[in-house]
Amino acid sequence: MADNEITDAPAPAAPVIADEIAAAVVEKFPAAIFNDSHGQSVLYVERSDWHAIAEFLRNEQRFTQCMDVTAVDHLVDETRLVIAGVTPERFEVVANFLSHPRNRRLRIIAQVPETDTEIASLTDLYPGTNFPERETFDLFGITFLSHPDLTRILLPDEWVGYPLRKDDAIARIPVTFKGDPGPQ
Amino acid sequence: MSEEILTTDPEQIRLAHQTGEGAQELKPQARDVVLTGGLWPEDDATTIINMGPQHPSTHGVLRIMLELDGETVLRVKPVVGYLHTGMEKTGEELTYVQGATNVTRMDYVSPLSNELVWSLAVEKLLGVEVPPRAVWMRMMLVELNRMASHLLFQATNGMDMAALSMMIYGWREREEVLRLIEMITGLRMNNNFIRPSGVAADLPAGWDSETLKVCDLVEAGVQEYSTLLNENPIWIERLSGVGVINTEQALGLGITGPILRSTGFAWDLRKAQPYLAYDEVDFDVIYTQNGDCYDRFSIRLYEILESIKIVRQCVEKMPTGDYRTQDPKITPPPRTRINESMEALIHHFKLFTEGFRVPAGETYVAIESPRGEIGCYLTADGTAKPARMHIRGPSFYNLQSLSTMAEGSLVADTVAVISSIDPILGEVDR
Repeated sequence: MADNEITDAPAPAAPVIADEIAAAVVEKFPAAIFNDSHGQSVLYVERSDWHAIAEFLRNEQRFTQCMDVTAVDHLVDETRLVIAGVTPERFEVVANFLSHPRNRRLRIIAQVPETDTEIASLTDLYPGTNFPERETFDLFGITFLSHPDLTRILLPDEWVGYPLRKDDAIARIPVTFKGDPGPQ
Repeated sequence: MSEEILTTDPEQIRLAHQTGEGAQELKPQARDVVLTGGLWPEDDATTIINMGPQHPSTHGVLRIMLELDGETVLRVKPVVGYLHTGMEKTGEELTYVQGATNVTRMDYVSPLSNELVWSLAVEKLLGVEVPPRAVWMRMMLVELNRMASHLLFQATNGMDMAALSMMIYGWREREEVLRLIEMITGLRMNNNFIRPSGVAADLPAGWDSETLKVCDLVEAGVQEYSTLLNENPIWIERLSGVGVINTEQALGLGITGPILRSTGFAWDLRKAQPYLAYDEVDFDVIYTQNGDCYDRFSIRLYEILESIKIVRQCVEKMPTGDYRTQDPKITPPPRTRINESMEALIHHFKLFTEGFRVPAGETYVAIESPRGEIGCYLTADGTAKPARMHIRGPSFYNLQSLSTMAEGSLVADTVAVISSIDPILGEVDR
């Protein structure tokens, strides 16, 4: 039940990758590390390969849609999912791809350090990543290089800070009420 | 004053009692109207106008910047965020037990789809299977919700296109569906009924006959709309050939759902990547070839009939058994057990104060909501709250097609295009 994935079989840390698409990507980009996440194919890729892998998926592996681009802040994780061979950084940028002709999904994840939050934009390959990349920029402060219109989308332009970062606490901006005497 | 009212004319007496001053005639007043402003823009100049966020056809708080040359739209830029309430941040502060109350408020027209995708994601991380009755109940409720959502679309689309009676008819049938959903889940909207581990309660007595009754009613309603709209030349003229998008553009822009299917691309996650028990029911994927507003209208109209088909099969095949998994770590004990078992009381208390812990991991689960692919990207860090909860809202992506569809058309057609995208701003802004 609830298994909407089409992957063949789990491959727990075996040198042979059961998913032939992921295997093809790893062959072309040896720095990519495959992980079977609850039956879903995930590739942990180098940040510098981000655009090239998306291009490879689109042009040679027939991944017709990039469903989603988002980010995760791992600043305060109690336990973090550790993949052997991946150097964990504070941020992870995640992109979900779907191939309609092959009826397959693939997720690629890149580690983005706190000090240098830049990654290539996929808007030239998948124009639909325009809004989600703006959203990720808006809420996480991840800069997507060569994005055509990298501005805030959900928050006002003059907003300071990136709310979905873990150090941007809830209630950071106090709500003031009319006639409120304020903090004593 | 009082002498003047001494008249025998009953109308005068009535007016005198009404106002105390006798009849009054409002005299036309002369107004000085001063027109200011410059000349009309020259022929080669373009005008930038702002539409919304309080425009009746923007379905809430969508704001659109239009660059016009006369009546022709040159560029469209949707400006969103007016309904942003930080629900993804809130989702990180709520436990997995509470999470469903949060996600259900995103797409408030099809709340059960949001609850379903959230529950499926949590269950995937937990590795929990739910019993068949819960699966079929979920499927039936989501399909009922799809009917309600598409009926709302028929109503608002009709209103935007000045077919005002559709507004009343669509709402009438939708209300019947919501009444049934209220009977089953307890609430019309924002149900919080589909939860990780199953559903909140079993089906009430008499649910099957009520469901079939609503199915018949909505089916008759759809026939009525079809007669009203599909045989109306004004309606067809108004929507045909307006807001055209092709498959390549739609795929590139991340468009899913009825908009993608209107371009001749028969993609429906219920068929392509079946979840719940969609592989055990018989239904068709509706798709058309033209990719215009009329096609998107008809797809949503006939999808109601397919949903009715699925709901009827659910009523027929509804399995017996438990409506939630009996894992005491994630399922609260039944109410009656709390009065007699200390252990049950502790479990209940722990579950609703601390919640259950989900092992570290990440997953993306996608289902077909009435608007397209709704996905939940969930990252767990071993605590009782998600480290990251991201909802891929189909409306957010579908809104990007607005530029492609509206550019080159007339301003009046922009209204048709917005309506045919069927965006729910609660989901766009989250």
